[in-house]
Formats: sequence, C-alpha cells, structure tokens
Amino acid sequence: MDFKDYYKIMGLERDASKDEIKRTYRKLARKYHPDVSKEADAEERFKELGEAYAVLKDPEKRAAYDELGANYKAGQDFQPPPDWDAGYEFSGGGFNAGDSSAHSAFFDSLFGHGFGSEQTGRRQAGFNARGEDHHAKVLIDLEDAYRGTTRSITLRAPELDNTGRVTTKQRTLDVKIPKGVKQGQRIRLSGQGSPGVGEGKSGDLYLEIEFKPHKMFKVEGRDLYLDLPVTPWEAALGATVKAPTPDGPVDLKIPQGTATGGKLRLRKRGIPGTPPGDLYVIVKITLPAADTDAAKALYRKMEEELAYNPRSKLGV
Amino acid sequence: MTSKTLTGILLDEQVELSLHEICHACSTSTEWVIELVDEGVLEPIGQQPIAQQPTHWRFSGPSLSRARAAARMQQDLEINLAGVALALDLMEELEAMRERLRRLSE
Repeated sequence: MDFKDYYKIMGLERDASKDEIKRTYRKLARKYHPDVSKEADAEERFKELGEAYAVLKDPEKRAAYDELGANYKAGQDFQPPPDWDAGYEFSGGGFNAGDSSAHSAFFDSLFGHGFGSEQTGRRQAGFNARGEDHHAKVLIDLEDAYRGTTRSITLRAPELDNTGRVTTKQRTLDVKIPKGVKQGQRIRLSGQGSPGVGEGKSGDLYLEIEFKPHKMFKVEGRDLYLDLPVTPWEAALGATVKAPTPDGPVDLKIPQGTATGGKLRLRKRGIPGTPPGDLYVIVKITLPAADTDAAKALYRKMEEELAYNPRSKLGV
Repeated sequence: MTSKTLTGILLDEQVELSLHEICHACSTSTEWVIELVDEGVLEPIGQQPIAQQPTHWRFSGPSLSRARAAARMQQDLEINLAGVALALDLMEELEAMRERLRRLSE
C-alpha cells in the first residue's frame, strides 16, 4: 500500500489554514467533479481529492494524519502502526462505512474501521427497512448496442458480518445488455442492491451504460458519425463504395459532384431502437500521392485541361 | 456466486419512475425531489402534473441520471439547488456544443 500525501494532492502546504483547505477543495472540486469535468482522469482525481479533504477538514483526523505522515513521502510503501490511532477520538459524522469501497486502501486502513456505528445502529429489533440501492458503471462496445450482449460484472460492496464488522464482499453477476442501449442509460436490476433490514426488501442495482471509445464511429445519442475517405474521381463522377457499419459493411452511393465534408445519411443504420438512429457518413476526399512519373503526368494533365481555380470566389 | 444471467429493465424514455423510486435511487428525501421539481430540474410527465399530488407524479427513465447528477453536485460542490439547476442546464448546452464541435473539427 502506498502512502498518500493529502497535502500534495490538494496542492497545499502542511500549515494550510482551515479556510485555505476549504477554498482549495471547492476550487478543485469544481474542476474535477465527474459530472462537470471533461478531464480524462476526473473521476480518479475527484475521489482522491474527496479523500484528502475528508481528512484535512477534520481537525482530529488531520492531527492524527500529520503525526503519522511526518515520516512518509507520497508513493512510499506504507503500513499503519498497530495502535496508530490510540489517543485520538474520532467523533461520528465523518466517514460513512457504507462508502468504504469509494476510498483507497490507504484511507480505509486509517479511517475505514471503527466508523461503522452508523450502520450497526440501524439493526434494532423489529426495525424493517428496504436495502440501499447500488449504482455501478458497465463498459460495453458500440457493437454490443447493435446486437445485445451479456456482460459479467464484478462488484465490491461493504457488508456487515454477524459481529457488526464491515467487510468487503465481492460478487459477480452476469447481466443481459439489451440491444439498442444508449450511452448514459441505466439498467435496473431489482433486488440486487443491499439486503433489506428485518423484513425489508433488498435494494436495487442500477447499471449505467458507457461505451468504450470507438476507433471509427462517433456516437451521439443513437446516431453515429463516420469519416469516409473517397478518391477525387469517386467524389467527382459518383460511385458506389463500401462503407463500414457496426453491423458489417454496406454499399454506399456517392452522388456525382460530392464535396469534401459532404454528409450522407444512412437511415436507420445507427443504434437500433424506437426510433432507430441514423449513420452519417462524412465524405473526406483524399489525394493519391504524386510519387511516380505516371502520377505526376496525370496531375499535370488535369492542370492543363481542367482550368480549375478553387480560389476564384476569394478574388485571387 | 450466481451463474444465472440477470435481465434488468432499461430505463429509457418509455419507462416511468415514481417519486419514491427516484428518492430511493438517489438516497434522498421526497422533499428534496419535490424541490428539484420546483426548481425545474425534473419535470413529471403528463398533463399538468404539478397540479397533482407528488405521490402521483411519474418521471421518465432518464430523469434518474439528472436527479443523481444534481444530488452529487449539491453534496460535493456545496451549491444550492438553484445553482445546481443552472449548472445542469449550462452543462447540457455545453455538451451539445462539444458534440457539434467534435463533428465539425475533424
């Protein structure tokens, strides 16, 4: 386990004031919040930041961390001393055991145990409550949305054992991903969340669909966009060419006189659904290299015979 | 633990969720979701839904994503609901622009 330097994560000096910590947290939180940020590693950064803030904003946790951290550098292998927290009293309301899977092993080793009282308190005789709903993301290929698939999903969730201690339980579910799912859509699996308390029903599990980036297609809702290279003669004279779709190649008619950037629509070739999406083909005219005498001669001949000035509208 | 393949419900535009289902999935109170409706972050479906009892409200499947984003932002960024509503609207606009830009710039 690596030691985490919470001051470094927040870009703060070790003697930062409470106000400074709060200000810095808010600024960074806005920057890296996964719902707001487009940074590639936003989720990871935000988690780290939240963890750092949870410790540094709390005077008791901060004091304990400072004492411990004086001898460590970020990334250094770390084992908490057996009684490291002796002498510090952590008041409630800080860390919720229900969230423990959201924190790093480093955080859990320091603050993750002994904070579970909130959950144990709920286990009263005669008390019934529905279990909590859980949320997870599932990464699929674009092709899966065309055909539907089954995904194996491994989930880690904190659970209370018979003695009321928090343990992490791992389980694997095989889940059917229906044809026609869109990015960001959710699938609800009834009863796959936390077990209920007493007579209470189990909570539900919500899976959020996320597409892996595709090397050819861009996805927008159910519509797809594809850049298709064509030759100058295909664009000028018109032609029928092969175009890839997630469902396999199709024949696409390029109309005579198609310009580069021209958009051709393949109706209902997007992600299936009601209504199905469309596939938009953006035409990109590419030039053959003039790297042989014959090729050069052909370009020269075009120059002589076509008398074409693409800049006539610019007045030059 | 289980080898059975599970089939869930896809929360698309056709699925309707109750006030209670939204609350439970966001781990929030009903009052909070009613506030979301008051701020215009969520809109119940149907004719004049606001005139009805909140317990009769129905929400479209994608409303859940919006409600969860609102809950996370309010908690993590410590902003009020009016701020959350504004941020969500601006982000939606920004996302539409980014998509447009992505398509035009390549």
